[in-house]
Amino acid sequence: MVKATGKLKRVVIEPVTRVEGHGKVSILLDENNRVTQARLHVVEFRGFERFILGRPYWEVPVLVQRLCGICPVSHHLAAAKAMDRIVGGEKLTPTAEKMRRLMHCGQMFQSHALHFFHLCSPDLLFGFDADPAIRNVIGVAKDPRYKHLAVQGVLMRKYGQEIIKATAGKKIHGTGAVPGGVNKNLSIEERDGFLKDVEQMLEWSRGALKIARDYTVEHLEAVRDFGSFPSNHLSLVRADGAMDLYHGNLRAIDADGNKIFDQVDYQGYADYLAEEVRPWSYMKFPFIKSLGPETGWYRVGPLARINTCDFIDTPEAEAARKEFMAVTDGKPNNITMAYHWARMIELLHAMEGIRDLLNDGDLQGTDLRVKGERRGEAVGLVEAPRGTLFHHYKVDDNDQVVMANLIVSTTSNNEPMNRAVQGVAAQHLSGKPEITEGLLNHVEVAIRAYDPCLSCATHALGRMPLAVELYDAEGHLIDKKTKR
Amino acid sequence: MSGAGGGDVLVIGYGNPARRDDGLGPAAAEDLARRGLPGVDVDADYQLTVEDAADVAGHEVVVFVDADVAGREPFDFRPVAARGELGFSSHGCEPPAVMALAHDLFDADTKGYILGIRGYEFDELAEGLSAAAQANLQAAVEFLDGVLRSRKFDEACRRPGPAPAAGTKGNGLCKTGNT
Repeated sequence: MVKATGKLKRVVIEPVTRVEGHGKVSILLDENNRVTQARLHVVEFRGFERFILGRPYWEVPVLVQRLCGICPVSHHLAAAKAMDRIVGGEKLTPTAEKMRRLMHCGQMFQSHALHFFHLCSPDLLFGFDADPAIRNVIGVAKDPRYKHLAVQGVLMRKYGQEIIKATAGKKIHGTGAVPGGVNKNLSIEERDGFLKDVEQMLEWSRGALKIARDYTVEHLEAVRDFGSFPSNHLSLVRADGAMDLYHGNLRAIDADGNKIFDQVDYQGYADYLAEEVRPWSYMKFPFIKSLGPETGWYRVGPLARINTCDFIDTPEAEAARKEFMAVTDGKPNNITMAYHWARMIELLHAMEGIRDLLNDGDLQGTDLRVKGERRGEAVGLVEAPRGTLFHHYKVDDNDQVVMANLIVSTTSNNEPMNRAVQGVAAQHLSGKPEITEGLLNHVEVAIRAYDPCLSCATHALGRMPLAVELYDAEGHLIDKKTKR
Repeated sequence: MSGAGGGDVLVIGYGNPARRDDGLGPAAAEDLARRGLPGVDVDADYQLTVEDAADVAGHEVVVFVDADVAGREPFDFRPVAARGELGFSSHGCEPPAVMALAHDLFDADTKGYILGIRGYEFDELAEGLSAAAQANLQAAVEFLDGVLRSRKFDEACRRPGPAPAAGTKGNGLCKTGNT
């Protein structure tokens, strides 16, 4: 909707489609339709930390999966890693660590496949301005040129979900990761079931990577400035600088690749990161303490991970990373739309990881759990599909959780998404006589590049209608668009 | 969840058990799975997603079981057709879109039905069904058990249904499983 304030008009996209949960974009126009302000708002529901309080710590890895139906595994693993430390069992057995890594690769694979094939590809295949009646996955499925891509997306997603099921136990209330280890290994039968499809999944991953790579390279001039800006980047990296999605230390770099901090033990994350509250947004704005909120905000997720790591330890993804980095002469890539290319590099990396893990006999080991000296406070981190995920807990002597704090990836990307919205609105909407659906979709495209999961960020339950109303400077409704 | 494939009927219960009555779908799925009905595969998830289309395509009949925000009490059973509408717009999706994907991607002619179980408490972040929803769940599962045994799905849709609850629109809207 649009609210007029003096000579200003407000365009509201509520909520944004093809992202999860409940959010809205408001764009303030002056009487000449010039954009004077653009913001992404998220409807907040901060109830989950309270939900956990008082629960025994061993229940937490199961409970936190209810935060989000999209990436429950990420929460499951982050919480389990925190609880590993609570029981003094953070040095996992090889079987336990590899089972968790397999679960995590399955999660990364299915999540990235879903986003690329079913949420992003309609924009790339049909164009940002295409008829919204076809610019969706059903349109992809009905188009003979692209139907095979939609099929691949479904089957890749299913493959990843089946790996999660085999490692976590089940889709709802998965119990695979427990404090200090796992509660099952992978049977030979399960392993062989996955191995028979490995080559097919790798081939489809290569194909998806090529689509994302070709799109970015062929449209480089167009995407270079599309919602793009220099930024800091943050992720976990391994001790040797390799990308590591499951475990490592924190590294932050600036827009030119200079290290802000490196190999920081994430148990001390609060010494390096803080969260700012702004009156117009329910979602917080994390920033690097040493830089302050003005310049210390950072990006997380696939783009940040490719930028921060020194290399990827699987050969095909590493070759793709090198090509990716060559586009910006080895410097960090700050092109927002390059998230898609980076995401597909990670898709291939996850599939290479699945292949390697499936061929590792440790998955059939029987030494599943360890424990050691009990602690009262711990932090668990993983690189979730959308970025770094922080779980921080305190547990009392009665084994009950007395403090929980979560920083989810979408919250870390709050400022970058807002900057992307501002940039695209100013570039594509400003001064236009009519704000068309296609123009508004440009804003959504910029947000979708981050693959935000607002349900995680807000802990909210919501439906996804889209309503856009356009008023003139006097407050008269001159246009209205709705879709579900 | 049960029926390791091979059944001709698929039941998918979905919703978030941490949102009180939104957990009606998974609760129904768990109950049905325990019954081990022949030829019936049962699945449960937080929400419907695209890969459900592949599972749907592998069955002759699918029954989506979801919490119903304002529908008939204690439950409503109705057919669902494939519809590739714009509502298919997030990581999760609705039954008509899953049916559409099963049809468009896998050439499936699976027949689909929705069992909407009336719930009442959704806003609180807490576990456990409300007492009224628990009663509706039992009635709905017994009903579906009979339908699954008889395989008379269309007849079950035509049976005289209970009256809409007082003070509701009775529009049969199901909650999404988004969390």
